[in-house]
Amino acid sequence: MPDQKGDKPLITEKKISRRALLGGAATAAVVLAQTASGKSFQAALTKSELHLIEDPTKVPGVPPGTLGTRSPFETPAKAPSDISSRTPLQDLFGTITPSDLHFERNHNGVPAIDPAKYELVIHGMVDKPMVFTLADLKRFPSVSRIAFLECSGNYRGAADGKVTPQQICGLTSQSEWTGVKLSTLFREVGVSPKSTWFLAEGGDAAVMTRSVPIEKGWEDVIICYAQNGEAIRPEQGYPVRLFLPGWEGNINVKWLRRIELSDQPFQTRQETSKYTEAIGGGKIRQFSFTIDARSIITYPSYPQKVEKGWIEIRGIAWSGRGKVVRVEVSTDAGKSWKPAELQDPVMDKAHTAFRYLWNWNGQSTEILSRTVDETGYIQPFLKDLLAARGGNMGYHYNPVTAWYIQNDGQVLFKAT
Amino acid sequence: MTKSGIFIGAVCLLISISLTSNKSLTAAFSGSQADTLDQPKTFGFGRPATLKEIALLDTDVRPDGKGLPAGSGKVSEGKLVYAAKCSGCHGVTGTEGPNDQLVTIKNATDPKVKARNKTIGNYWPYATTVFDYIKRAMPFNQPGSLTDQEVYNLTAFLLHENGLIKADEIINAKTLPKVVMPARDFFVPDDRKDGPEIR
Repeated sequence: MPDQKGDKPLITEKKISRRALLGGAATAAVVLAQTASGKSFQAALTKSELHLIEDPTKVPGVPPGTLGTRSPFETPAKAPSDISSRTPLQDLFGTITPSDLHFERNHNGVPAIDPAKYELVIHGMVDKPMVFTLADLKRFPSVSRIAFLECSGNYRGAADGKVTPQQICGLTSQSEWTGVKLSTLFREVGVSPKSTWFLAEGGDAAVMTRSVPIEKGWEDVIICYAQNGEAIRPEQGYPVRLFLPGWEGNINVKWLRRIELSDQPFQTRQETSKYTEAIGGGKIRQFSFTIDARSIITYPSYPQKVEKGWIEIRGIAWSGRGKVVRVEVSTDAGKSWKPAELQDPVMDKAHTAFRYLWNWNGQSTEILSRTVDETGYIQPFLKDLLAARGGNMGYHYNPVTAWYIQNDGQVLFKAT
Repeated sequence: MTKSGIFIGAVCLLISISLTSNKSLTAAFSGSQADTLDQPKTFGFGRPATLKEIALLDTDVRPDGKGLPAGSGKVSEGKLVYAAKCSGCHGVTGTEGPNDQLVTIKNATDPKVKARNKTIGNYWPYATTVFDYIKRAMPFNQPGSLTDQEVYNLTAFLLHENGLIKADEIINAKTLPKVVMPARDFFVPDDRKDGPEIR
């Protein structure tokens, strides 16, 4: 029966199979529904509709569909602001961020780009300035890598302790990125050996630009067109974005439309007025590309509540300089530290899951994690960062995070 | 593939399996990742870019002034453009917000005021960036709608409001790169390094 209410799916008799009808599609967890143009799709039932199902072993379920769904009981969600949207790190498992929960940050909204009209222009200090369509880019030899992306402005605390990992550092996510190496395109166009920088420009309403040192371009930069197995999402740069493993989010230009090879940085607004930080003594640090090593316990975290007894402390650790080699966990407010287990494979410039089995005696305490990367860099405490940066908060804050566990099991954030 | 080729491939496979790695089997057999000497230098994909299409896109402005178009701007003209197209977001005097503060508030003491007091005058290291950014991105709700003339005028006005040029100074491709920006002396490159030192 067609449903007149807002955005609930219309159910029409025509497209529902006999099997579903016998079972009563409306009594399954998923219904076969139809768009206005007559295409069938699976749609999740609301929880209230699900309560009609007494026993799923007594009624046939719904046949397979073209797109999967989440159970209506699962409602992970990003936390959007006017300019960004944060990944719910505390609600996730493993280290791949579901694509629709990947964080967002943009400087004038997400554009809608027609892939048939899309072109990437590479020009400047090259032998042959070239234009590549999306189809062209996909013909080149490709690579995939699983790596994190993080905004450099990814630290928030709260005096009352009521912040989730999402709110503290939800501007980081991990995908498997696939595309063509920029070095392949550099060879194609014949980049001049005298070129030392290139400008990357986006085709969004911000027409965002950043300058990149040429060495990074030759090293591991990927011109990506796929994310977690399918075309990049518009929110992450459809149809093509720049991906610079381990480097701050802003320089990973989305909706990439132009690369200009040059012999100097362009001093764009994003690398001067923004994404620079005061470091004391009146100095302002620029071209701070690398994301420093970081870890955070995502369970237990605010606003969860735990019970006395066995708790698996869980979290993620990563470094823009390479692999994390160690994560240490303290369950006594930093007095002593023990190594956590790292989930294999530990990958270069990628979120790595860590786990620490702990038997909580029910007494209030603080738990913390701290990571060390392969260069020997040790994740600092907040006070160390403030001391190193002349007391200035700013970009590239990656402090150890503490969680205070009360006697009643409630968990609160604590700055270090 | 020759017998010796197959044998070498098998050895490579055994070696790669014995190492912890997420390399694929095909990588082991061919001995290559996507980017190796086995690739041709060029593939012949894509097409040459014409000068015209490059010129349409290549409108960025470098610190040395390259990219600045013909034309010039006046402070008095910029004041009118600003009032009409910018003050709604940046405030009547460039200080009130709600969006980014453009003009320095002198002798600010209130911490909340000081937190926002990062402006063209005290924080931007290059005057050319003002032209480049306004031209590509502003106004926010109609980016790219300003003429080069308007952008020159606005640039002159904002530099003047920040006390960086005189009211009668003309801003053009020759004069803009020469404007002295006090913040430039404070900008330093990233000195963070690998290893344990926190900087």
